[in-house]
Amino acid sequence: MERKLLSGDEAVALAAREAGVVLGTGYPGTPSTEILEAFAALGGRAQWAPNEKVALEVGLGAAYGRARTLVTMKHVGLNVAADPLFTAAYTGVSGALVVVSADDPGMASSQNEQDNRRYAVAAGLPMLEPADAQEAYDLFFEAVALSERFKLPVLFRMTTRVCHSKSVVRAERPESAPPAPHFERDVQGRVMIPAFARPAHRRLRQKLDEIRAAAEDGAYSFTRPGGTELGIIASGVSFLHAAEAAPGASILKLGLVHPLPLERARAFAAGVKRCVVIEEGDPVVAEALRAAGVRVESKPEMYRFGELDVARVRRILEGDRSPEPPPVKGKPPELCPACPYHPVYAAIRRLGCIVAGDIGCYTLGVLDPYQAMDTCVAMGASIGVGLGLRHVLPPEQAQKVISVIGDSTFVHSGVSGLIEAVYNPPPSGHVVLVLDNGTTAMTGQQEHPGTGRTLEHAPTGKMSIEGVARALGFSSVTVLDAFDDPAAFEKLLAERLGARELSLIVARRPCVLAAADIRKWEKQAAERRTADVCRAGVEE
Amino acid sequence: MGKVVNVVLAGLGGQGVIKASDILADAALRAGLDVKKAEIHGMSQRGGSVSSDVRFGDEVLSPMVPRGEADFLVVLSPSEVAVTRSLLRDGGRLIPPDLVPEAALQNKRSLNVALLGALSHYLDLPESAFLEAVRAALPERLHAVNEHAFAQGKACAARSHA
Repeated sequence: MERKLLSGDEAVALAAREAGVVLGTGYPGTPSTEILEAFAALGGRAQWAPNEKVALEVGLGAAYGRARTLVTMKHVGLNVAADPLFTAAYTGVSGALVVVSADDPGMASSQNEQDNRRYAVAAGLPMLEPADAQEAYDLFFEAVALSERFKLPVLFRMTTRVCHSKSVVRAERPESAPPAPHFERDVQGRVMIPAFARPAHRRLRQKLDEIRAAAEDGAYSFTRPGGTELGIIASGVSFLHAAEAAPGASILKLGLVHPLPLERARAFAAGVKRCVVIEEGDPVVAEALRAAGVRVESKPEMYRFGELDVARVRRILEGDRSPEPPPVKGKPPELCPACPYHPVYAAIRRLGCIVAGDIGCYTLGVLDPYQAMDTCVAMGASIGVGLGLRHVLPPEQAQKVISVIGDSTFVHSGVSGLIEAVYNPPPSGHVVLVLDNGTTAMTGQQEHPGTGRTLEHAPTGKMSIEGVARALGFSSVTVLDAFDDPAAFEKLLAERLGARELSLIVARRPCVLAAADIRKWEKQAAERRTADVCRAGVEE
Repeated sequence: MGKVVNVVLAGLGGQGVIKASDILADAALRAGLDVKKAEIHGMSQRGGSVSSDVRFGDEVLSPMVPRGEADFLVVLSPSEVAVTRSLLRDGGRLIPPDLVPEAALQNKRSLNVALLGALSHYLDLPESAFLEAVRAALPERLHAVNEHAFAQGKACAARSHA
């Protein structure tokens, strides 16, 4: 059989394609971004949604229509999608809905290191967790089968190391013919008014009991045999670190991290002298096992932070709480030398702005030499946070406040902030600065609704950022190229800061890394339009 | 080959560190070995430090090379040598960027492949696996220049070793 070297992301994409996933949707977010790109490259139908909530809702609709569906996002994306997620657990699905969310322990490229296994517990959904690319491939088929068997969305937890590490995959595709999409009316199952939601919650808990029973019988987990001195319970990539750190130990490897096979874990722990749970992030498994009365050790608190590796697992097993060697410190990332945002941040700094910032490449404006960002919390938060500051600060400070947001982030979560500005305008007005480089630059130059191109760079409908602001009632809307004319940009910004009205400035110039590609796609689109016109002419 | 061979490749964003580790991992795969490769990308395009771990042998468990256990450290940028040195085990071999002089290369952007050539001098992997991996990873117009770079790197290592 052919052996392929695949990343976890690529393995999920391959499995999704082979499993007959009809639609993949999501929002770019490191380390999950490559899943949909690889799925599209394999011929799958993949699309970027404006944000994760919409992606999950589109996926849910498709799964109500009996399709096999994949939704992808990074860990914080699930916060955005949490609203539909919790009630989708009640409605269930007709087809399969696999929701991949990728955690980032150690925060290689994220604003927090939340542990999304907590979401499985909170929403009451099954969650599978692979350790490497082979398991990502294998468990994805299990996820589809689990989702279809129990008619539930299934969470699929990955982490940075699993998403981006490459390992050997033997792609052995299990037989499972996808059902043809079809809609069956099921008002009591799908319309969550309280009268229908109450029995739905009971159905959900019943399904979780059945899934736990299957896991107790041995599904989704395995034991790596070893001695009886030391037993380890682990999931995800931590399993591999543990197997290397403690070659003589017996290991119970969990593939399903919710609901947990408690009795299996109890029997395993009873068969060894010492049993330690090795898990990255929060002590989720250790807490659950201890609450069930299973005698296991958890890691010391210091290992909640950051990624685990072989050395840290050795320390956990030795109970070593001494200070760890500092991480290897290389050169930090910075704005590219030719980034169009340099003159923007130079002006912001000279004008002494208080900057409510947002998430993307431009967050690097916080670093030297500009130090031109004062807050960065969540996608789209720059606008609400900026408005809050404007509401309460004394006038001399309030008129320095500016919200800075990128184009993709604006599409993701900025529009509601603009509505808030129009509805509850601060007395000093406000300035929203959209840094529009024509791409989702930080995650690797993905398209978004503001670029007017699909995930695969084909022309499609285009959202106008300035058009949205005008339609919502912003009194001053200006589009300019700050790189081309830095003086004009600085003059405009200085004037708008104290203007006591709602101003939106779009600083528009393509990302230097994406510019050549953007030109290529625009040229292809123009050629296609010409070809269409010619064809229409011939047909007439 | 019971033992797992640990290689760390390091450099700056844009130097081809990831490409080099892809080629090395593919060469090990083509040689019939188990192989894993780990790196953090996402910030790498922003000019920051980039490093990639490649491990191969009969069975590779963790995808990451434990700190201080790298058998080989291949560094593409002089600024990264001091930063990454602690990753190397006692007696491990550093392959620094100046091992292959720029003048020896037809295109200085193929330093990554040249240093792989140098690394290959010390590894028990067939040269054909490397060259197939180089060709699979790069567009055809770059094959000749990179095959030349690989040979130059291998020769430099042989000379430095002699």
